[in-house]
Amino acid sequence: MKDRQGRTDNSRRTGRTPKTYPRITHPLVRDSRDAPFRRATWDEALDRAAAGFRRTREAHGPDSFAMLSCARATNEMNYVAQKFTRVVMGTNNVDSCNRTCHAPSVAGLSAAFGSGGGTSSYGEVEDTDVIVMWGSNARFAHPIFFQHVLKGIRNGARMFAVDPRRTSTAEWSDRWLGLNVGTDIALAHAIGREIIESGLHNKTFIERATSGFEDYVKLVEPWTLSLAEKVTGVPAEAIRELAHVYATAERAQLCWTLGITEHHNGTDNVRALINLSLLTGHVGRYGSGVQPLRGQNNVQGGGDMGAIPNRLPGFQDILDDGHRQKFETAWDTVIQPSYGMTLTQMFEAMEEGTLHAVYCIGENPAQSEADSEQALRRLAALDHLVVQDIFLTKTAELADVVLPATASWAETDGTTTNSERRVQRVRAALTPPGEARDDIDILCDLAARFGHEWKFADSEAVWDELRSLSPDHWGMTYDRLEEHHGLQWPCPDDDKLPSSYLHARLWETDPAKRGRRAPFGLVEHDPPVDLTDENYPLRLTTGRRLDSYNTGVQSGSFASPLRRGEYIELCPEDAVAYGVEVGEEVRVASRRGTVTAPVWVDPGLRPGLAFMTFHFPDEVDTNQLTIEANCPIAGTAEFKASAIRIEKVA
Amino acid sequence: MTTTPERTRTPQGSAPVSLGLPRRLIEFDLDGDQVRVPEGATLLDACRDAGKDIPTLCYGDTLTPKNACRVCVVEVEGARTLAPACSRKAEPGMKVRTDTDRARHSRKLVLELLASSTDLSTTPHVAGWIREYGAEPDRFGPDAATVAGREAKVDNDLYVRDYAKCIMCYKCVDACGDQWQNTFAIAVAGRGFDNTIAVEHDGPLPDSACVYCGNCIEVCPTGALSFKSEYDMRAEGTWDEDAQTETTTVCAYCGVGCNLTLHVQDNEIVKVSSPHDNPITRGNLCIKGRFGYQHVQTRE
Repeated sequence: MKDRQGRTDNSRRTGRTPKTYPRITHPLVRDSRDAPFRRATWDEALDRAAAGFRRTREAHGPDSFAMLSCARATNEMNYVAQKFTRVVMGTNNVDSCNRTCHAPSVAGLSAAFGSGGGTSSYGEVEDTDVIVMWGSNARFAHPIFFQHVLKGIRNGARMFAVDPRRTSTAEWSDRWLGLNVGTDIALAHAIGREIIESGLHNKTFIERATSGFEDYVKLVEPWTLSLAEKVTGVPAEAIRELAHVYATAERAQLCWTLGITEHHNGTDNVRALINLSLLTGHVGRYGSGVQPLRGQNNVQGGGDMGAIPNRLPGFQDILDDGHRQKFETAWDTVIQPSYGMTLTQMFEAMEEGTLHAVYCIGENPAQSEADSEQALRRLAALDHLVVQDIFLTKTAELADVVLPATASWAETDGTTTNSERRVQRVRAALTPPGEARDDIDILCDLAARFGHEWKFADSEAVWDELRSLSPDHWGMTYDRLEEHHGLQWPCPDDDKLPSSYLHARLWETDPAKRGRRAPFGLVEHDPPVDLTDENYPLRLTTGRRLDSYNTGVQSGSFASPLRRGEYIELCPEDAVAYGVEVGEEVRVASRRGTVTAPVWVDPGLRPGLAFMTFHFPDEVDTNQLTIEANCPIAGTAEFKASAIRIEKVA
Repeated sequence: MTTTPERTRTPQGSAPVSLGLPRRLIEFDLDGDQVRVPEGATLLDACRDAGKDIPTLCYGDTLTPKNACRVCVVEVEGARTLAPACSRKAEPGMKVRTDTDRARHSRKLVLELLASSTDLSTTPHVAGWIREYGAEPDRFGPDAATVAGREAKVDNDLYVRDYAKCIMCYKCVDACGDQWQNTFAIAVAGRGFDNTIAVEHDGPLPDSACVYCGNCIEVCPTGALSFKSEYDMRAEGTWDEDAQTETTTVCAYCGVGCNLTLHVQDNEIVKVSSPHDNPITRGNLCIKGRFGYQHVQTRE
């Protein structure tokens, strides 16, 4: 079909247009690893996909299989994908790219509050008094959430931006705290110490609703303002001001994004921030809360639906006998009483040779994982790789079988769950191209080849099965979702509207109603793994631009006038020091790889700090530079801190 | 510190916040009928509740009324001048007449002035209003078309500014400015007959502060601002709203969860809007949500 966008030449600004990906319209198979793809019928492709999985399971057992489910697809698809993994394949090895972004948020929030979602709603940020945006350039990465922040600012809230870069979010702040990359815990502890030192902590809340306060006091004791200034680079006075303003506010919102989570100690970072909310009682009330901003349309929902290795749908722990039995009865199966592998562990298991077959739906780990050379090598070594996607991605190019799927947001019906835990309806507006099929239909056809006849009349039937098994989703019928512009979990009642915020229980006067105390996280500052030295003197951090998205497969196809391709961005001082100019190609080297990229100068950076995106991996594969230093709790890699050097190209 | 009268504050630890306090009802006389509306409602709200069709152009349901076009005027008994229904708040006991000769004459004149100077060919409903009020835009002669001849500005692949259709309602300026987007890329340039909406130095969009959120397109009442896809299809003669479907779904980019309404013709997305009553977007989107749909229809 004709491209109505009538793409014109963007070279006036950029001289480069990204690779665009056409939709896949029919199944592809290859007869051997070295053979090229050839077109296949659905029957042949599904037979081959199933045969490979069966072969692997017979030879190496169920845990030699893993599912990469899709944080972009609907809740319904994720529900069926994890059911396929647990019932048909008999393993808990199911995960998604949540692992590369906000898994530490989920882990940290769960450890503190017993539930992995942000505690507030967008509307509350408009009514709050203090907004702290920590490691979050929401103006670019979450623009419509930032409109709520702007309303809050216009309503009189003070906003603090904590970010190594003076981002466009920071431009709207009262104070920008430009900390050194990877010193978030030092800064948070210094804020905590200052609050305690000044007697501004909420003693009643701490006593009633938290545990571990005495140990926390000891933990933060060394973090004086002057030590913190030395470690973080933030002036002591600015740290003191943030501490006092946050602690004395009637309501305060603490928001973060990947600047907190994409570190080798991402979960610790999250705990350090949550500590501040526990110290001041800024959680569990209208307008006061802690809020991670999620990066994919359904990365929240994918986990909620059980497409993670440790939870069944509806946040129900696999190790809990009662939960497991409920699902075993409903699904007529036996669920292994053990956690499956995380995405990170899957990639390690590929290396060790214990993971042999992968079913990858709508993910592109060949380009999204840190240290992409290593990821490619590991994927290529699999015995059997089935990729189900709308494009022939770099990951799909490695597959044995490629299954063309529908674009969930525009070609299927279902639901997704956003950053404020709101489940909303997704509706089909387009007919899918060629022979592309709905993900759920494909999964059911594959399940049938293993003797599991699943009949779902439509997405609502899948949703109703999920509702019957997840009490927190029970009250969300399709009709009610339509009526109320979506509903937020937990929504156990089908006649009451859910609260806009979580954990009000912490404020109950009755200890029984108050429930489990929220523990302070006793976490230590630990600098980035990839140290800068004389050979690699620059600190490289990564992030998103306004008009682009992740590996660019999705955002590269529209003619954005803002797009300027990949650059290595330096501050003006460093550009002078290295004698490089805007547009000049330089070699960028880390301890893992080397890429070539043109220079851009951004006055929002500071000496020693460089910035790149990962939006244009087909031009400049930034993840060849990043380090796979993983958070031991959540498995997220330290995308935000690599050590690099730049060299002039001849 | 902040005050938002329409939202309840709840004490610490209490149950869900109910949005929208019960508001006092105000009773007044609308065209001879006693009507009751919540305190703070405008005469336009009351008219729409009562099923009366009051024309509006510069009014936007997500914006503060600008009172620029005066096409919605009604007569308030005892007032010297006609009142714009979009901004005049209902008061207890007031007597409002929407269909008097004076109000109808004023609307007719406003329509004649606008339709004679600008190109209203893509303004929804306006042809019907011109008929209903007996407006004769041609009676001023062709010289009245002060704006209608201007050439459309096509300087990027996402959207077109066709200022021949601009009625200077300021909605785009407000949406780009402090009411929503806070980008401040556009403002009014020039004075008197020469005034126009423009980016800095009246240059092309790609050289301006514009971030291509398209929130100006969302509020434009005349089609002066439009998707380039719509502009091109209109030029080809293929734009056919009767053949289009509108389906509301959720954006496929970040995790904010903005609602998108996909306008589809012949299985192609030709335009994207967002419901104005959606609590997440209030009709606003970013460049990715508004324009980043092409990847699903790159079907070779």
